[in-house]
Amino acid sequence: MAVDFTADYFALFGLPRRFGIDEAVLDRAWHTLQAEVHPDRHASRPDSERRRAMQGALRVNEAYGTLKKALPRAQYLLELAGFGHGHGHGLELGHGAVASSTMAPEFLIEQMQWREAVAEARAVGDVAALERLAQRLRAHAGEMTTRLAAQIDERRDLEAAADTVHRLMFLDKLRREIDDALAALDG
Amino acid sequence: MTYSSKVLDHYENPRNVGSFAQDEEGVATGMVGAPACGDVMKLQIKVGKDGVIEDARFKTYGCGSAIASSSLVTEWVKGKTLDEALTIKNAQIAEELALPPVKIHCSVLAEDAIRAAVADYKKKYTGE
Repeated sequence: MAVDFTADYFALFGLPRRFGIDEAVLDRAWHTLQAEVHPDRHASRPDSERRRAMQGALRVNEAYGTLKKALPRAQYLLELAGFGHGHGHGLELGHGAVASSTMAPEFLIEQMQWREAVAEARAVGDVAALERLAQRLRAHAGEMTTRLAAQIDERRDLEAAADTVHRLMFLDKLRREIDDALAALDG
Repeated sequence: MTYSSKVLDHYENPRNVGSFAQDEEGVATGMVGAPACGDVMKLQIKVGKDGVIEDARFKTYGCGSAIASSSLVTEWVKGKTLDEALTIKNAQIAEELALPPVKIHCSVLAEDAIRAAVADYKKKYTGE
């Protein structure tokens, strides 16, 4: 059995526990592990082994999904460092997470302006404006991801990293709002 | 997600939506947000010379429960002193709107918005 259920996601793929990762290494390790736990390879094995292979496949895919994208990877790193659970940081993606009012008001005002701009463009069917907003958003999120890498890997300032993760979570919501608006106007 | 009739009522007929001018006398603003759901809430209060909240406005980008929670809060803070407004708890908001457990954080956000608005008032007008 290749999947070590006690290993964290980084260890599972043989990656150092860092924000900056070599995506090619992650992809290769994923393919290798996936092949090992593939149901076809265990079809003739006893139930218990097949079940374990199935669980292994689930864990491998969950791990890959978490590490592949910057935001969930950063959230996971903070979680491993003890942030995000019961600390009132509201890092959890699911519902029932704590509200956080500790964000800088300037940032929240900016978020409100973004949301207003999206709502207005959607209301008048201005696809070009929505695409410009999406482009600005991508650039902004890119800058923040660069900042996040420095905060986690270089400065090891996890408090600051948690704040950046919160900001990226708002930007992620904005991106979904823009995608929704574009999809609605496309139809 | 099925909403309670009270949530639907506030969602369909939100009370006190909008903004006061920032420089209007006695106006203070509370901005809060919940990263987990991306909701952003702005609550403004207008406080009279007697220290009583005369009027309130809100603007919320979020789900129906977040909109209803902030709409309700604008009604509840009116006629209250700042200290009285601070006694409004998220549990009361959640109970009034019959919010399900997964939407409790919306009422927490609304309570946080009151605190933020009162804190902004104190900072702006009393130098606290």
